Parts: sequence; structure tokens; C-alpha cells
Amino acid sequence: MSADWLEVQKLEKSFDGIRALADFSCSLRQGEILGLIGPNGAGKTTLLNVISGFLAPESGRALFRGKTLLGLPPHKIATTGIARTFQKLRLIRQVSVLDNVLLSFRNQPGERLSNVFFRWKNSKEQEAANRKEAMSLLEEAGLTEKANEPAEDLSYGQQKLLSLVCCLAAKGDLLLLDEPVAGIAPEMIEKILGIIRNLPNKGKSVILIEHNLDAMMQVCDRVIFMDAGAKLSEGTPEEVRDDPRVIEAYID
Amino acid sequence: MEYFLHILILIGIYIILSESLNLIAGYTGLLSIAHAAFYGVGAYVAALMALHLHSPFLVNIVCAVILCGLLGALVGIPSLRIRDDYFVIATFAFQVITFSVLNNWVSFTGGPMGLPGIPQPTIFGLKITSHLGFLLLIVILCSLILWISHRIVKSPFGRVLKSIREDEVFTQAVGKNVAAYKVLVFIIGAGMAAVAGVMYAYYISFIDPTSFTVMESIFIISIVIIGGAGNLWGPVVGAVVLVVLPELLRFIGLPSSMAANVRQILYGGLLVAFMMWRPQGFLGKYAFQSGETRE
Repeated sequence: MSADWLEVQKLEKSFDGIRALADFSCSLRQGEILGLIGPNGAGKTTLLNVISGFLAPESGRALFRGKTLLGLPPHKIATTGIARTFQKLRLIRQVSVLDNVLLSFRNQPGERLSNVFFRWKNSKEQEAANRKEAMSLLEEAGLTEKANEPAEDLSYGQQKLLSLVCCLAAKGDLLLLDEPVAGIAPEMIEKILGIIRNLPNKGKSVILIEHNLDAMMQVCDRVIFMDAGAKLSEGTPEEVRDDPRVIEAYID
Repeated sequence: MEYFLHILILIGIYIILSESLNLIAGYTGLLSIAHAAFYGVGAYVAALMALHLHSPFLVNIVCAVILCGLLGALVGIPSLRIRDDYFVIATFAFQVITFSVLNNWVSFTGGPMGLPGIPQPTIFGLKITSHLGFLLLIVILCSLILWISHRIVKSPFGRVLKSIREDEVFTQAVGKNVAAYKVLVFIIGAGMAAVAGVMYAYYISFIDPTSFTVMESIFIISIVIIGGAGNLWGPVVGAVVLVVLPELLRFIGLPSSMAANVRQILYGGLLVAFMMWRPQGFLGKYAFQSGETRE
């Protein structure tokens, strides 16, 4: 349960002849926060899309807790304990904040058609328990007052926070976070980073994409610098920051 | 009095049709133009069984629902793999095919001549002959359909349907099997449309293919949109408005040659007006839109 919690091997993916992932391999331990940095088009989001099943790579392997992920549809991967957020923020915008969180719980009995008409009690109890848990998650995030408002009425920062809360409700053990603090106010950045930093204490791992290098320095155990789909540099945040190739890429 | 009851019965049939389409189009966001096809198949199954097998009403209605549900799966599984405009076209194709089969398979469906002489239904030895009897039956079936729809949309199952309408990618990312939900709701909707078809066949006692054209599908869509897509009571309001409004035209003394055309103009005008000024319909909270425009 340590070295090969998430194992990604020799991934290849091209779009119209441009390599988005070029022989990319990496691994992740339980309780580790891995940061991905690199210029736009380096293949960071592509990597998350491959791990979460939204994109099929041409070749390679991806294993989570010994279970192969490639070839599974996104909804199956989502129930193996992987939760993600999207760079272009995705939420169910027209339903309430609370409903977004409730939707995120996995394997709900009430979501099976037969249980709409039979065994009401079972679904009802589960729904009540989920509701309680959702409210306490929203309270921790400071979104209690917004619980019954449509998600689209939240500020951009609050929406990003909400999508993180949805990952927590999913009880994901591996969180794939695509730019969780890009473009939001400093206080909200602090709040979101605080939540992320606490995830390893609950035995959860994180892969984090972020352009905000300060934020990366604060939360990541390890950072990978990617360019043109390949891993150029890997190490502690300080090592990667001081790597001449990284400095060069960022000055360009 | 009979005329008044007749209007109420028609409203009931359209409530069933539009509420079932509401589940598919209003809640799940799948704009299907095949609803009149399921309505028609339901009517023909019941009529043929009643005429040839002399089987009782309850058997026929159950068979029609199951058969239409299966047909819904048959159409749904391939066409739900494609999205948005392409899905609309696939359902349109199914609608056109169904009409052609009903219209051309003369030896089985009677073709353009239709199926006359459908016997009056008997339920538990009780023969329904009067308008009042039919109205009562319709009210019971309508209530059942509304109750089922209510159970569905208020449940966590319904929450998934609504989220599919809003954002399929997010719904997949939170672990829901989007394709399975779409097929299920399509089957439920098709089965419910069959109920309306069976009632129509028994009530009018004569059916022909012209009642189940693409225009009928569009009429049902209009009810859903004008009433309020994604609202449980929207189709009820829509059905009342769209069934009663053209009837009112009778009373302003238009010559019958004009009335039919004025009716079409009225539907068209209403639909355009609602799309422009109140896209969410009378009761809906959400503007009806296809996935394409939402992105």
C-alpha cells in the first residue's frame, strides 16, 4: 500500500499528431500530494483525463490500488475511489449547492429505478444520512448559508470550493484537482489550500495541477515538471523550482 | 355536456403524453420527436389485440406498455449514443419509419383505412360505454402517471436525470452511468405514451395512421415547452391550454375551412412567442434548451 498506490506507465496520447503524453510514467503513494506544473499544452490535463477515463490513451498502463483503470468508463472509475474537478469549472449550475453535494455521493440506493418504487425506507435512510453529512461538509467549507441557493449564484471562488466539497462527499481516496485555485481571491485560495493540505491526514492522495507556483510550494510533497507530454524534472518543490530547465521554460 | 366531457378526456390523454415526454425531454434534456410513434404503437397494439384476440382491456394495456417499453429500448440504445441534434434526427427517423409501417402494412394495420370498430373496454366485468366512464378511467390513469412521475423526479434517481440535462460530463465524473439512465427514462416514457395510445384507441374506437404523425409529436413537445419543461405540473397546464384554445376558435364563428389553418397558425405563433419571451414555459424554472446551446 505504499509505492504503487497509483501507478502510471508509459502513457502515449496524441491529438492530430501532437504528442500530449509522450512515454509518460509516474507513481503516487498513499497520502502524497503530487503537483504537476508546465506550460499550457504540456499534457497535464490530458493526464488527468486519461486517469479518470475521459480519454483513452494509445498505449500504456494505469493502475489504482492494483486495479487497472484503462478501458473503464468514467463512471466506473469514479466509483473506484477517484474523484476529480475540472479546469473549466463543472457543477450542476441550476440546482442547489446542497443537491450538487448530494449528487456526488457514490452508489446511492435511491438512484436505482426499482428503489424509486420499492424499499423506500432504505433509500430514505441513506438519503437522510447523506444529507446530514453533506451539511456538515458544507459547514466545514463555510457554505452553509448558501446550501439552498443555485450553484450558479456562488462566486467563482465559492464554486471552486464547492467542486472540492463534492470530491470530499464522493469519499474519493485519490483526488485529481485541475487548477483548484486559479483566478480566485487570496482568502479563498488560503481556504482551499488548507483543505487540500489536510487531505493526507485522512489517508487521501492528490494530483494537483496549478500555475500558481507559490501555492504548489506550500502544499506539494513532490512536483513534476512536464513539457510536450514528457516529464522533464521531478523532485521536491524546491528542487524543481531551482532546476535550470524549469527556470528556462518559465522565462520563455 | 358530452362535448365538455370529450374535451376533458382529450386533455387527460395529452397530460399522459406530455408528462411522459416531460420525463425524457424536460427532466433529462433529451429532445425526442418520436413520442407520437410510441403513442401510435400503443394504440395499434391494443386495437389489434382487442379486434383479433378479443383479449380484455387490462391485458391489452399491459401488453402495449411492455411492447412500447421494449421498442423504447430498441430505439434508445443505439440513438442515445449520439448527442444533441443527431439524437433529434434519429428519433425523427424512427417517427417517420413507424408512420410508414402503420400506413403501408395494409394487411396487418389496415393501412390508411385504419382499424375501425374497436370494442368498448370492459374492466372487471364493468363495460365502459359513457363519456363519464371514460373520463373516470382517464382520471385514474392520469393520476397514476402523475404519481409515478412525481416519485421519479423527487427521488435521487430524478436528481441524476436533472444533472444529466445540465452537465453530462460532470454527472459521469460523479460516478453515474449516464447511458443507462438515459435508456431507462426513454423506456419509461415510451411505456407511458402507450397508455395514452391505448386510451385513445378505445375511446375513439377507430384509429388510423394520421393521428400519429410527426405533427403530433411536435404538438406534444409544444405542450411540454409551453406548460413548463422540467416541472411536474407544467404538462398539465400546457395540455389544458393547447387543447382548449383551438376549441375556443369554434365559438368565434370562423368558417370551418379557415379554422384548421388558424389552429396551425396559433400553435406556431404560441411556440415562437414562448421561445422568445418565456422559454421556461408557464410553470418551468429552466429555459428549455438543447445541450449544444448550453455549453
